[in-house]
Amino acid sequence: MKVEEHRERTVDIAGWPVRLTSYRIGEMFYCTADNISPGATIARTSGATREEVESAAIERATDRLAQTKRHAV
Amino acid sequence: MADYSHPEALVSTEWVAQHSKDANVRVVEVDVDTTEYSKGHVPGTIAWNWTTQLADTVRRDILSKGQFEKLMSESGISNNSTVILYGDNNNWFAAWALWQMKMYGHKDVRIMNGGRKKWLAEGREVSTEVPSLQASQYTATGPDNSLRAFLDQVQAAVQGKTAALVDVRSPAEFTGEILAPPGLPETCQRGGHIPGARGIPWGKACNDDGTFKSADELKALYGNEGVDGSRPTIAYCRIGERSSHTWFVLKYLLGYDHVKNYDGSWTEWGNLVGAPVERGSSQSAKA
Repeated sequence: MKVEEHRERTVDIAGWPVRLTSYRIGEMFYCTADNISPGATIARTSGATREEVESAAIERATDRLAQTKRHAV
Repeated sequence: MADYSHPEALVSTEWVAQHSKDANVRVVEVDVDTTEYSKGHVPGTIAWNWTTQLADTVRRDILSKGQFEKLMSESGISNNSTVILYGDNNNWFAAWALWQMKMYGHKDVRIMNGGRKKWLAEGREVSTEVPSLQASQYTATGPDNSLRAFLDQVQAAVQGKTAALVDVRSPAEFTGEILAPPGLPETCQRGGHIPGARGIPWGKACNDDGTFKSADELKALYGNEGVDGSRPTIAYCRIGERSSHTWFVLKYLLGYDHVKNYDGSWTEWGNLVGAPVERGSSQSAKA
């Protein structure tokens, strides 16, 4: 098997930059959303189409990022 | 252009494609996201789970020598094996694994430059097969604690200003604006950084494709913040894995002799009663 249709793009979620990495292996698409700085995965999804997995990853990432508090410095 | 001090510490994706099934080579994937391996991995590789296989699961610590020997044996790795480590997030936990392997004296361990990201982006072959392994004999040495900083050593370094402290977390973690990377649980009581530390985010050492920047670029990156190998250096982050990545850069790519990874990192320092903390960007961690 080979990785196909590998793509990265950056979106803004709740004021945080989030990188969506998606690709296809066989019939399955995978997507991970990471928080860029530092780069930890905050959502991962799989499904039949890129649109489906990206949309689900954005939804989960939104929930996770809503819990991050910004403190005054 | 200067070369890395230890170019043998890195291999390319192409090298792995050609040598991953060599008899004396064992390729190991170590991911932050431990589900990545099962989606598809470099054919013939095994995976280590950093949460259960690269840490003591009872007390907070790295593997004991016995636990390390057991992992190596079960992984079919012998003392003279060439071990290639790679993983997601530009090799965060691959570097963490390499740091422990060096602490326990493994001679030939290298990182696949660019990690999982580069392998996938290049459209290379992947497999979901998990290879069956034959247990090996393995005898560790050490641990070599010259590679590891403990709390009392960091406290002494802060007080005596005897070491360069490198905070490799994101600028927002460094200043104290956030207590953990966005989207992750807060695991410390206070935000900020260790007094005197310079903020040099780990990711600045990498190119967009996940490979390490050139030796000249790395030398300038750290040198501009006063980290030039002329005095002992301690790298830290939140739990020690990002800083093992920077430790690898300073130790093997730039060849600085006295570099330690403080794996207690901010989850230790930021929870200590009475520990001094600096907030804001006075020792600027620029984005």
